[in-house]
Amino acid sequence: MKRRSLLGAALVAPAFAYVALLVGLPVVLSLFLSVSDARVGSEETRFVGLANFAGALATPAFRAALAHSFLFTLISQILVIAGATLLALSLKEAFRGRGLVRFLVLLPWVAPISLGAIGWKWLLDSIYSVVNWALAAAHLVDPMNPPMWLGEPRLAMLSVVLVHTWRTLPFATVILLAGLTSIPRDIPEAAAVDGGGFWRTHFTITLPMIRPIVLVALLFGVVFTFTDMTAVYILTRGGPADATQVLPSLAFFTGILGGDLAGGAAISLFLFPLLLAGAIVLLRIARRSEVT
Amino acid sequence: MRARGVLRLVVAAFALVLSFPFYWMLLTSLKRTSDLYNVENNPLLFNEAPTLEHWRFLFVETLFPRWFANTALVGVAVVAITLVLAVPAAYALARLTGRWGERAGIGMFLMYLVPPTLLFIPMSRVVAVLGLQDSLWALVVVYPTFTVPFATWLLMGFFKSIPKDLEDAAMVDGLSRFSAFVKVIVPVSFSGLVTVSIFAFTLVLQEFVYALTFISSASLQTVGVGVPIYLVRGDVYYWGELMAACLFACVPVAIVYNLFLDRLIQGFTVGAVK
Repeated sequence: MKRRSLLGAALVAPAFAYVALLVGLPVVLSLFLSVSDARVGSEETRFVGLANFAGALATPAFRAALAHSFLFTLISQILVIAGATLLALSLKEAFRGRGLVRFLVLLPWVAPISLGAIGWKWLLDSIYSVVNWALAAAHLVDPMNPPMWLGEPRLAMLSVVLVHTWRTLPFATVILLAGLTSIPRDIPEAAAVDGGGFWRTHFTITLPMIRPIVLVALLFGVVFTFTDMTAVYILTRGGPADATQVLPSLAFFTGILGGDLAGGAAISLFLFPLLLAGAIVLLRIARRSEVT
Repeated sequence: MRARGVLRLVVAAFALVLSFPFYWMLLTSLKRTSDLYNVENNPLLFNEAPTLEHWRFLFVETLFPRWFANTALVGVAVVAITLVLAVPAAYALARLTGRWGERAGIGMFLMYLVPPTLLFIPMSRVVAVLGLQDSLWALVVVYPTFTVPFATWLLMGFFKSIPKDLEDAAMVDGLSRFSAFVKVIVPVSFSGLVTVSIFAFTLVLQEFVYALTFISSASLQTVGVGVPIYLVRGDVYYWGELMAACLFACVPVAIVYNLFLDRLIQGFTVGAVK
């Protein structure tokens, strides 16, 4: 028995050492950087306490980015959960062409996000936008004065949110679909026999049964969205005039492009509380399923 | 049965909206430049004869093939490191370590949630100390920080689903546990290993933030950064080439995902689905 757990530890050690070293070390380093005045190229760094955090909180650009991050995450994930629930319910039963539909629906999630985003940059182009062309053809916008999707502050935020919704919706859908197919078929069927209509059956019986998995999908969505900078970076570079800047992109512009390592590290660390909360909820879900 | 009709409509609408950008990529990549940039034209049709010129330009005149080779190189190296580290760890967590192994497994999974955007600034220091700035090796070293937790978690579920009797029988036949693992378990888990390798590779293909941060030479880019950042000259977007490149990188991944998706979902939702 002893030898067995010794072998176990020996087999586990390399993977844990690698990850602990290359994730743990940067995390610690990030804490050190955030209380220093480190810049790219500076040899000596001093301890400055919480000045970087206080400094960040005092700048309007940071406060705007913080608000955008929450707005961006909240709105896109509400849309994702609503859309994914509807889509998963619709895809549950087998029908002709389901395989093809699944392939098409999954595309936004499997495509590298930077490439999906550049596709949208072209779809929303200021002159050749096919979206505007279609809206104009439907007489919804004035073809002489079309909306500048990525050029006006509010529209730019809306575009970034919608692109992120487009990107994460398929992932939530497949997770919910897995949850739906794990429900014994006879329960919704019994409800239908008892006279509940399709929608009522699903909203009162099926959806409450898959609540844990809806929560899992939501948590992944929130974590991936809150910490993502790719869509914003490709579509708007945080602009126009910081109107779509989010915490991760601001950290990138400050710490990497601006060379202010300390300031960038401090901004990144503002992501941490939400990640921690997400991790705690996930742990609770895991523990509960262990007990039952 | 009205509900059924509504469902069909919902499915069709979602499929159309979600996949339209890819259709648009295909259309754009095959249109002549003069057709693309004529606002009088109906953009959904070929107003002039289609052309492969953008595709030719992409593969012959740009660094795209180079980026593809870079991505493949990094991907293969990362998958190798991932398997070497994750396969023994996952096996041990599934079979040998008991209760603390379960906790360690969850801890490993949580590492997967630590995002590049939290780590890229200190990681750039680590990369600098290792002397790997502007080198593909930086990516080879750093990417396993997310592929190893991901692969360990998936493989753990996979090994748990293999009956214990299999190794027990092999050990009765005189093999040590370690050689039972190598000679019996690894061969029967072949499909699981393939699944994990493929997903680790696609994670590499999808990564953007680290590659953008660590690599500064145009010729050393991966597809994910090279296409959206370096295929743009100044302010000029070569939309035909850009869309061809996006499509070329996306479609193979999409096909692979569809083949292996069910296994991935099983692994991701272990515990939440009963």
